Amino acid sequence: MRATPGELDAATGRAVPIVRAERLGKQVASPEGRLTILEDIDLELAPGEQLAIVGASGSGKSTLLGLLAGLDLPTQGSVWLDGTELSTLDEDGRARLRAGRVGFVFQSFQLLPGLTAIENVMLPLELAGRADAAALAQETLARVGLAARARHYPAQLSGGEQQRVALARAFAPQPAILFADEPTGNLDRRTGETVVGLLFELNRELGTTLVLVTHDAGLAAHCNRQLTLDAGRLVVGAPS
Amino acid sequence: MSAAARLLALALRQTWRDARGGELRVLVAALVIACAAVAAVGFFTDRIRLVLERQAGELLAADLVIAGTQPPADFLDAEAGRRGLAHARTLTFPSVVLNADASALAELKAVAPGYPLRGALKTAPEPYAPAADTRETPAPGTVWADERLLAELGAGVGSTLDVGASRLTVTRVLAYEPDRGGDLFSLAPRLMMALADLPATQLVQPGSRVTWRLLLAGTPEAVAGYRDWLGLRLPASMRVQDVREARPELRVALERAGRFLGLAAVAAVLVAGVGIAIAARRYALRHRDAVALMRCFGVTQGRVLALYSIELALLGLAGGLAGAGLGWLAQQGLAAILGELAGGTLPAASWRPLPAALATGLVAVLGYAAPPLAQLRKVPPLRVLRRELAPADAWTGAAYVSATLAAAALVLWQAGEPRLAAWVLAGTAATAVLLALGAWGLTRLLGRLRGRVGVAWRFGLANVSRRGGASIVQVVAIGLGLMVLLVLTLVRTDLLAGWRASLPPEAPNRFLINVQPGEVEALQAELHAAGLGAATLHPMVRGRLTQIGERPVSAADYPEPRAQRLVEREFNLSWAEAPQPDNRIVAGRWFGPGARAEVSVEQGLAGTLGIRLGDRLRFAVAGQSVEGTVTSLRSVEWDSFHVNFFVVFPPGALDGLPATWITSFHLPAGRQALIAELVRAHPSVTVLDIDALLSKVREIIERVVLGVEYVFLFTLAAGLAVLYAAIQATRDERRYEAALARTLGASRRVVLQGLIAEFAVLGLLAGVLAAAGASALGWGLAQQVFDFPYRPDPLLWLAGAAAGVFGVGLAGLAGTRAVLDQPPLATLRAGV
Repeated sequence: MRATPGELDAATGRAVPIVRAERLGKQVASPEGRLTILEDIDLELAPGEQLAIVGASGSGKSTLLGLLAGLDLPTQGSVWLDGTELSTLDEDGRARLRAGRVGFVFQSFQLLPGLTAIENVMLPLELAGRADAAALAQETLARVGLAARARHYPAQLSGGEQQRVALARAFAPQPAILFADEPTGNLDRRTGETVVGLLFELNRELGTTLVLVTHDAGLAAHCNRQLTLDAGRLVVGAPS
Repeated sequence: MSAAARLLALALRQTWRDARGGELRVLVAALVIACAAVAAVGFFTDRIRLVLERQAGELLAADLVIAGTQPPADFLDAEAGRRGLAHARTLTFPSVVLNADASALAELKAVAPGYPLRGALKTAPEPYAPAADTRETPAPGTVWADERLLAELGAGVGSTLDVGASRLTVTRVLAYEPDRGGDLFSLAPRLMMALADLPATQLVQPGSRVTWRLLLAGTPEAVAGYRDWLGLRLPASMRVQDVREARPELRVALERAGRFLGLAAVAAVLVAGVGIAIAARRYALRHRDAVALMRCFGVTQGRVLALYSIELALLGLAGGLAGAGLGWLAQQGLAAILGELAGGTLPAASWRPLPAALATGLVAVLGYAAPPLAQLRKVPPLRVLRRELAPADAWTGAAYVSATLAAAALVLWQAGEPRLAAWVLAGTAATAVLLALGAWGLTRLLGRLRGRVGVAWRFGLANVSRRGGASIVQVVAIGLGLMVLLVLTLVRTDLLAGWRASLPPEAPNRFLINVQPGEVEALQAELHAAGLGAATLHPMVRGRLTQIGERPVSAADYPEPRAQRLVEREFNLSWAEAPQPDNRIVAGRWFGPGARAEVSVEQGLAGTLGIRLGDRLRFAVAGQSVEGTVTSLRSVEWDSFHVNFFVVFPPGALDGLPATWITSFHLPAGRQALIAELVRAHPSVTVLDIDALLSKVREIIERVVLGVEYVFLFTLAAGLAVLYAAIQATRDERRYEAALARTLGASRRVVLQGLIAEFAVLGLLAGVLAAAGASALGWGLAQQVFDFPYRPDPLLWLAGAAAGVFGVGLAGLAGTRAVLDQPPLATLRAGV
């Protein structure tokens, strides 16, 4: 079932996608009965592509991001991440698949308050057992312009600085794919622009595949592909 | 680096970061208190054990001792000499010693040259001067006295003391004698004299209460050979002791005391466990985000569990080590309080209790902290996107089971036996449940009051009743700590005072023993002339119970130690025409006229030894045997301090056997000179001063209770740790509420008053419940154990309430002050 993404698929002659979703659906139980959050989503993403998922609040963007990253399981359909079908793996199997390959950036930064900036960046590197965690983290912090703030705690940093630390944390392990959930949602426009600039620079330098969820059309425009979700269905930009 | 080493390094880093962030402070503090309590008791009892071990070889001052109330037959010494064994005799007995008009009861010891055969005496040239080993014994005409006796007599080296009919000069201060064992419960100071001087003192007469010892020492083979030879030749009135049997009562008493202190320490561990559990739960709640992130970064559930398990183990270890350190310091205090009872200087503690402290730390983290942390592995990675996702609350059934198991393991380990452990656990659980019910009722009542008080108090009262569960836990934990302290301080004083009050003021406070038959009439007349009333003197014959019915009596037949001791000892037998006024016949009838071979037995003794009405008892008295059929059982009021006997014969039944006489009387204060006169006129009579005895007993009780209280201070500290943990657990919430209140216009003062109100009320509830519990316990003890009416002391309630209000109020305020120091905006922005 495993195929190496980026190589040409012998059958179709097309590049093997790094992310693929087929007839993806998600329903949850609610007091009013079963609630459909996502329905019939098909998409493919080649290595190095940048995909923006846009839509209004409650359209199911974040749910889709969670399903594509293997943080949650669909009620219908399948997801292949880096060539592996996620539903064949258990929770720990999916975690192992993410290890070192998948990076995340969140709207609320999700920095650990008890750790300094550099320790936050080191965390995924340490968890992956990288011996050069400290050096690499310092280097990446310098790359986002925060070398001087390495020993500061999140509470001592501004929102923009916190998100830059989060970017450093996401890119330091050089993941194959990065999932970003409203990365500028908690920032003012100016700071948001700086962070977005940095995000796309790093993305280009490292050739990372990017999946970005946003309601900001300006941010989405930076990506080479856009998908629009409306009430759980794709309305524009279905698979090419 | 291997995967395991990497995991360990990661866990170490995580622990260090958590510690740096203050996340572990409360958990570790509770852990350290628990381990310190166990370690303090462990180190202290270990020092006592070392004293016993050090003294084991010397405890007898010999390898083998033959002891009894009669002088050992000469052939025993002769045989020892023939077998190449060293041998020496000693004789001990209590007697009053005089220095001019000052008198003191001393434990006299007459020793032959050569004593001690093992170990050495230490003497000093004057009181409190450095002591040195000596191989000598007091020369004839001289005595060696210990510092206590010299102080009591106002004498010094060079003083001449009246010892019976002799005058002997003090030449040295006796600092140490090997076979005195621990100083535990020894009531009288020591005077040592030469055995050769004994006859001239006229102190020892037939029937006197004396203990003869024949000390023997030599090669192990020679000693064993002698012991075998001795076999059946040993007279019934004599016992053989070797090193293994030396002072078993001391060993048992100390083991029991150690066990009791250990259980007191476990109380601290159990209360601290609650604090550990609360702190661990908060820690787990605060680490959900970190775990969700880790899961996002690809960490498996197993690794999350491993990481937190290693962190817990590290904490347990660190807490155990820090607790051991603190416990080591704390045991110095315990040794200062109790050490004297166990024999002056204690050796330094060994490292043996260290594993126990570490084990306590590990069991405590496993039992109380592991369940909430184990829940962390279930945090779903999706939480990074949807914060409301979290595993079910950490307080699962598993948490309760694990906490109960940990408690059971700790109690069983300290109690040493399942039955006692079960009682302690059941008692603790029942007390906790009762306190919890009381706390529940009181918090409900408070909820109703809040409509009638000002805004600050309403804020405080609302917090107490809203956080009902947490409030109950805090009240119970602190209430438990306060309760044991109240019982030990106030109730103890009340009970002792009540017991003393139940004694009639004219209760006898002096016993005269060893009165020779020829002195009875003279003594009676002298007591009467001194205005002490018509004293009744009772005859006393010492005999060993050898047979009940057809069954020979042996200590091995009885499982209870008390029965064994009774059988091994010689009884005081007496005869009387009529029962004493405070005796009551409960079965059978008193002797008829002309009765001879009959006995009347005290009912408690009959119960212990299984003696029934109609049984024929046989006693061995000075080589002869005496028999009597049990025709009555009597109840005796032992605490009247009147002379009483377990076994009484009719007049004439014991004629011709060696008897001494005994009486008790009340000596009014200020008439001490009379005793000196009596002793001068009747040198062989021994005066026992019950007042001194009682005050010595009281001093021992005071010290033991003080020691136990000291250990229970850890329980109170653990209760405060629970309070602090509970405050920590609600700190984020409190900070948010305070910020909100201040945004809405509440002044800093109002918020502060609200906090004071909340903690003062919590403390008041804990204090009131503790006083109620202590009163109930005191009442139960008075009714069931001490058998006198208990008058509850209002001071108890006042002390409980005050300790609760001030202790908890101050601790609570210290813990929440930070709430006020944050600007409201920052808090509101960060959210709960």
